[in-house]
Amino acid sequence: MIKKEMIAMLLAGGQGSRLGVLTAKVAKPAVAFGGKYRIIDFPLSNCINSGVDTVGVLTQYQPLRLNTHIGIGIAWDLDRNIGGVTVLPPYEKSTNSEWYTGTANAIYQNLDYMESYNPDYVLILSGDHIYKMDYEVMLDFHKANNAEVTIAVMPVPMEEASRFGIMITDENRRIVDFEEKPAHPRSNLASMGIYIFNWKTLREALIAKADQPALDFGKHVIPYCHEQGKPLYAYEFNGYWKDVGTLQSYWEANMELIDIVPEFNLYEEYWKVYTKSDILPPQYISADSVVERCIIGEGSDIYGRVYNSVVGRGVTVGRGTVIRDSIIMNNTRIGEGCELNKAIVAENVEIGSYVKLGVGEEAENETAPHIYNHGLVTVGEKSVIPDGVSVGRNTVIFGETTGEDYENSCLASGKSLIKAGE
Amino acid sequence: MAGGNNHRMKALSQRRAVCAMPVAGSYRSIDFTLSNMSNSHIQKVAVFTQYNARSLNEHLNSSKWWDFGRKQGGLYVLTPTVTTENSNWYRGTADAMYQNLTFLRDSHEPYVVIASGDCVYKLDFNKVLEYHIEKKADITVVCHDMDPGTPIERFGTVRMNGDCRIEDMEEKPLQAKTNTISCGIYVLRRRQLIEMIEKCAEEERYDFVRDILIRYKDVKRIYGYKIDTYWKNIASVEDYYSTNMDFLREDVRNYFFKQYPDIYSKVDDLPPAKYNVGADIRNSLISSGCIVNGVVENSVVFKKSYIGNNCVIKNSIILNDVYIGDNTYIENCIVESRGTIRANSRFVGEGGVRIVVESNERYPM
Repeated sequence: MIKKEMIAMLLAGGQGSRLGVLTAKVAKPAVAFGGKYRIIDFPLSNCINSGVDTVGVLTQYQPLRLNTHIGIGIAWDLDRNIGGVTVLPPYEKSTNSEWYTGTANAIYQNLDYMESYNPDYVLILSGDHIYKMDYEVMLDFHKANNAEVTIAVMPVPMEEASRFGIMITDENRRIVDFEEKPAHPRSNLASMGIYIFNWKTLREALIAKADQPALDFGKHVIPYCHEQGKPLYAYEFNGYWKDVGTLQSYWEANMELIDIVPEFNLYEEYWKVYTKSDILPPQYISADSVVERCIIGEGSDIYGRVYNSVVGRGVTVGRGTVIRDSIIMNNTRIGEGCELNKAIVAENVEIGSYVKLGVGEEAENETAPHIYNHGLVTVGEKSVIPDGVSVGRNTVIFGETTGEDYENSCLASGKSLIKAGE
Repeated sequence: MAGGNNHRMKALSQRRAVCAMPVAGSYRSIDFTLSNMSNSHIQKVAVFTQYNARSLNEHLNSSKWWDFGRKQGGLYVLTPTVTTENSNWYRGTADAMYQNLTFLRDSHEPYVVIASGDCVYKLDFNKVLEYHIEKKADITVVCHDMDPGTPIERFGTVRMNGDCRIEDMEEKPLQAKTNTISCGIYVLRRRQLIEMIEKCAEEERYDFVRDILIRYKDVKRIYGYKIDTYWKNIASVEDYYSTNMDFLREDVRNYFFKQYPDIYSKVDDLPPAKYNVGADIRNSLISSGCIVNGVVENSVVFKKSYIGNNCVIKNSIILNDVYIGDNTYIENCIVESRGTIRANSRFVGEGGVRIVVESNERYPM
């Protein structure tokens, strides 16, 4: 009989709406990160590096890019005879067909998948964090405490604690209470959205709460287990962990990779991050270009000057173009004589020549200031920007734009130019 | 054919077979032939290895990189083995095939492509096969006109008539009468090949070119198929160096890297290249996993190399996983892979390319 000690369930179905146009066409876990990776590569690599070789990936929102990226899991060594990676979309049932209505509901709808591996423990992960973590150490902690549920937590500055789900523990790290985004936090241990459940405990809780609408781990399942008097423990994690849920934090996390010895180091041998990569050639840096403080992916051709930026695979940067503090994702082409400041340019974008992005005065974005802020220019995937236009700060461009879309060849700070539909 | 050694590679082939030589930043020489075969929908490929095959075998650890891991066919690595009848190494290309004659006999494909693994080129073997059938040839040899003045005494030369039938053929002539050379790529019927190899073995002859091609040239219909696209053999230090340097040209890069079909290689799971303060790169190829802190000019840097502060690398080739300490000056060199160069070193190839093999204790990174 098939038996896996611990299997992982990776929640990758969310939109991540605070990433704006970056997730208009792809699920957040499939957004490019760090030159050649996608966000989901980090939890998937953690799984295989921790010895977890059975991973169910739950998809729902815009799954195409995610599905093609994961394939049969070859890149992460997750193509296994028994186990490996399985993509789990919502499916039709003879009665009561529904989408995944909440994090725990998604897991509930896949009880059969988990049952088939006969696990002792189930690891619940989300597909939108950048970190390296050995889940086996967490499992050892779980076993040592005879816990039924272990929640990974991370100490955060007290003043920021009110943004997180906070765990209050006793001196043995047993959770005595928890609060969701409390105004006056009693602890600074924030939940990282990573849980280990005893399989029996999880199954029992999911079945008991099955009728709860929008069944969620933080809101319903964990409180239910707590009410039942189950031993819940908090596993403290002190490494690098970054939620890249907003454009600002996404930009910052990318920029942190550029540091001389980054806190989050991709160059370590013993904890490799794997990704599906199909572009192999080396990158070409021309005679009159400058590359300083940046990371650049395979097969890119740099003819311009790039400072302090993260450039993906297969990118072309034309002559005389100057790029500063920006993120350029895979297969984007930038013409000659352009100037980019604090821009996030998604994949397969065509930028003409003599285009200026991120120039002029600061102005609050007029349509979605909570998304487009901090002076960033965000360009959605497959967008086209014509020659010679200049674009202000806190702006967003998405779709095939032409000269007519720009008043006096200008898009003022704070404006949104969205021509591609949902 | 990937078993050969070559003294022209000097110190470079002490470490590996020529076919496993890294080329163009992220590839190995054999990738070009294997990718051409894969892209020509050849599904069954046997690689003959013999000389120093560890590095090559490691590279061929999976057939998936070239898409050969199919239910029909596959990638077969044929190394010499001791059997009840035979305890010899491969004594030549024909002998290598003779020792694996059952492999050829048990195959069902009507045609065989024989190619060497030390050339950099793109070729659709189907076109060669169509030509072969059209000419009703017994053997078709792929040929290439070398630029006048190129030394060709290490190649086989051919002379064809107006119909492209090969009239004359010489192996490594001291004084070449033509600048048309054989690329070491042959197409022929499988049964024809088996017959020729068996006969050859009976006479205790072992080399495909000397003992089959040249001897049969007047008996069989041997045709030349000329290619005028990029073709380079890397099996000498000078050619290895110049082939790599060719990739600094935009047309060569576009031809190999951007135009379909692609060249495949083993994927190494390396992070993107990183440029720190002080990095100054001019007209160079840099591969993934590199960390650069110094000046690199007109050079090809292979995967996972580290270049320290204040280093200057000029007109050089830095092979895989090289660590170069601070304040080092390197010009006109090929730095052997996995080398560690101490800080404040100076290596200059004067009057030719210098091969640098340095294996010092690596500083903890």
